[in-house]
Amino acid sequence: MGLTVQSTGSWVLDNPLQIIKSSPDEKIIALAGNPNVGKSTVFNGLTGMRQHTGNWPGKTVSIAQGRLTHKGTRFILVDIPGTYSLMANSVEEEAARDFICFGNPDAVIVVADATCLERNLNLILQILEVTPRVAVCVNLMDEARRKKISISLERLSQQLGVPVAGTSARNGKGLDELMDRVLSVISGKVVTNPPVIRYHEAVESAVSILEGPLKHILNGRINPRWTALRLLEGDKKLLGALRDYLGFDPLGDRTVAESLEKARKNLLAAGITPELFRDVIVSGIVKKAEQISRSAVTFERADYNIRDRKIDRILMSRIYGIPIMIGLLGVILWITIAGANYPSSLLAEGLFWIEDRLTDLFLLLGAPNWLHGLLVEGMYRTLAWVVSVMLPPMAIFFPLFTLLEDLGYLPRVAFNLDNFFKKACAHGKQALTMCMGFGCNAAGIVGCRIIDSPRERLVAIITNNFVPCNGRFPTLIAIITMFFAGMFHGPFQTVVSALMLTGLIVLGVVMTLLISRILSKTILKGLPSSFTLELPPYRRPQIGRIIVRSVFDRTLFVLGRAVMVAAPAGLIIWLMANVHVSGMSLLSHCAGFLDPFARLFGMDGYIIMAFILGFPANETVIPILIMSYMAEGSMMEFESLAMLRELLAANGWTWLTAVCVMLFSIMHWPCSTTCLTIRKETGSWKWALVSFLVPTVTGFLTCFAVAGIVRILGLA
Amino acid sequence: MKCESFTDIHGKRMPLNHLPAGRKGRVRALTADGSSRRRMLDLGLIWDTEVEALQKSPSGDPVAYLVRGAVIALRSEEASKIIIEAI
Repeated sequence: MGLTVQSTGSWVLDNPLQIIKSSPDEKIIALAGNPNVGKSTVFNGLTGMRQHTGNWPGKTVSIAQGRLTHKGTRFILVDIPGTYSLMANSVEEEAARDFICFGNPDAVIVVADATCLERNLNLILQILEVTPRVAVCVNLMDEARRKKISISLERLSQQLGVPVAGTSARNGKGLDELMDRVLSVISGKVVTNPPVIRYHEAVESAVSILEGPLKHILNGRINPRWTALRLLEGDKKLLGALRDYLGFDPLGDRTVAESLEKARKNLLAAGITPELFRDVIVSGIVKKAEQISRSAVTFERADYNIRDRKIDRILMSRIYGIPIMIGLLGVILWITIAGANYPSSLLAEGLFWIEDRLTDLFLLLGAPNWLHGLLVEGMYRTLAWVVSVMLPPMAIFFPLFTLLEDLGYLPRVAFNLDNFFKKACAHGKQALTMCMGFGCNAAGIVGCRIIDSPRERLVAIITNNFVPCNGRFPTLIAIITMFFAGMFHGPFQTVVSALMLTGLIVLGVVMTLLISRILSKTILKGLPSSFTLELPPYRRPQIGRIIVRSVFDRTLFVLGRAVMVAAPAGLIIWLMANVHVSGMSLLSHCAGFLDPFARLFGMDGYIIMAFILGFPANETVIPILIMSYMAEGSMMEFESLAMLRELLAANGWTWLTAVCVMLFSIMHWPCSTTCLTIRKETGSWKWALVSFLVPTVTGFLTCFAVAGIVRILGLA
Repeated sequence: MKCESFTDIHGKRMPLNHLPAGRKGRVRALTADGSSRRRMLDLGLIWDTEVEALQKSPSGDPVAYLVRGAVIALRSEEASKIIIEAI
């Protein structure tokens, strides 16, 4: 989901991790933690920024930085991706590890989930092996209290040897205290003393062989014990990162290389193979975590998460799981459609009243006709259409969707759908990236970073466009309302619209699965890789804040896009419709050229032209179309969808045209921002081109088939 | 494996995907290697860790397991590489 500026696509050109201090006394703090422990909420609470948070693993897909001042000290807070471990499995985890180990932060805040502390201790202990400059933030203390889990922060702090603060970041509780702890670590007021985890004897003796020579060459830059353990583990990628950081190869030192050789031999003699080595290390850490958790955490009720399990049994039930999921989608869409009707017409009335006043003004000033046409009929009307048709549904849909997201429902969707994705040889987390696509396909593409396997990530990227984004589904709603729901009267009208839209989205999902499978059998051959999906505890969403926040964000988003893209598009299209070459407008020339081709697919030249001109922004497709149909090349006054329907019908639209336009809308090229994002995320124009072609070809084939069959059967 | 739930499986060794929903087991071995093994270890699936099979997804696979207080979904391919002893 993209609910912030991230979804506008304006961040597309952000750069990788680069911390720029505005003054040398600024302190850099890394914010680490497992996925889905409220790290982003802590980040927002501390910096006053609004990174979007969601209740599912892997929300932070790019590294965010924010600034804050606490008691006179200035800090740069760096939100690194959530990870379960520093023994990197994915690119994201690698980034997290590299920043903690080699980014030289002045301190690290590790955020942990109070309701699941033992699991979180794994990462905390691993980070403590790297650096002692750590403050632990036990977040979600309110949730823990509700579940009757009590945590002795004092005992935890004793056991970990670093300061600990309990927070409920959503309510801003405990954050000041957390910064006090961080300050005490940085100033040296508190001497941290993390426990040294002692591993198997053979490992310890191997470490002791290496530690001495390493200490000598590392010169205090990195913890020698940690480095020794990693060298013994033989992680090649880490060795590369270490080399880059130190500026020399530690194995280039003869004593170190020889000691490593010797230590490895000793380990093998003790029966510890390289494969087993990691097991020994992890077991040591996990056991330590278990021991600390036992002494610091008390579960007053053994069945503390019984409510979650009961909800799960319904939402992920064999019989009801999928129907409930589609039902929820339908209900959300129905509320959106029913709720958007009135504000939409109100906005339209208001905006077109303003247009009349603008026209009066132009007349008063004696402005030339072409100027009025260009600015008012071209630019302003397109803008007014986009705002009045797009804004209300978005402002209703997104808060609702975000509520489900914050509750923790999305990972359950992934769980319910996983088998379908497995059969399509795709990754289970593709369901999550698909959900992000609803907000903005470009955001969905970036979200694909949560998928580790490069092949499956590409599959997810190429198929993301089958989910109708922000800019597309108000268009779908408008077409459905005009051509299909109009046959019904009263409250049924919105129900029918919601059902049809749900059907279209389900079709989009089916196409996603089908194309994923085809890709997996052809250009992206491979079997589904292994993955694990965490189903986080359900959390009570902060309804008020979500509504205010996402209505506000969406409004800004839609208005921003309207000004940035829709208005200029209106200008261009007005020009194209009014510049005449050999008796015909430019637009008519182009549309006429495309027309025979478009007819094959149940559409006409103007429609295809509108889709092409809508490349920078899908929301302009319908306004472009309307403007093209009007002889003078400007949109009519948008008073009701019924009038619009008449215009379209007069231009030869039948129900078949409407169906084909909707199908083509969910299956055509991604918008320009999305294409650029794909280029950036895959690092190649080739995959951007494939992502452009795959949905486009699919759309043309589908429309061709539908139009052909309907015509042969004589239905339209 | 449906009949397993009717007979007592206590003390029996089996791959985790054969553990009926609602039953618990203790990890005895991991047969996975590479990144898949690493991921399992990160979940805290070491020797003697208690795992409870919670429920199947609508289509039967994946299955949700309770591991060290966290609910984790595993596909049958992964779960089959975790050998447990039923308790």
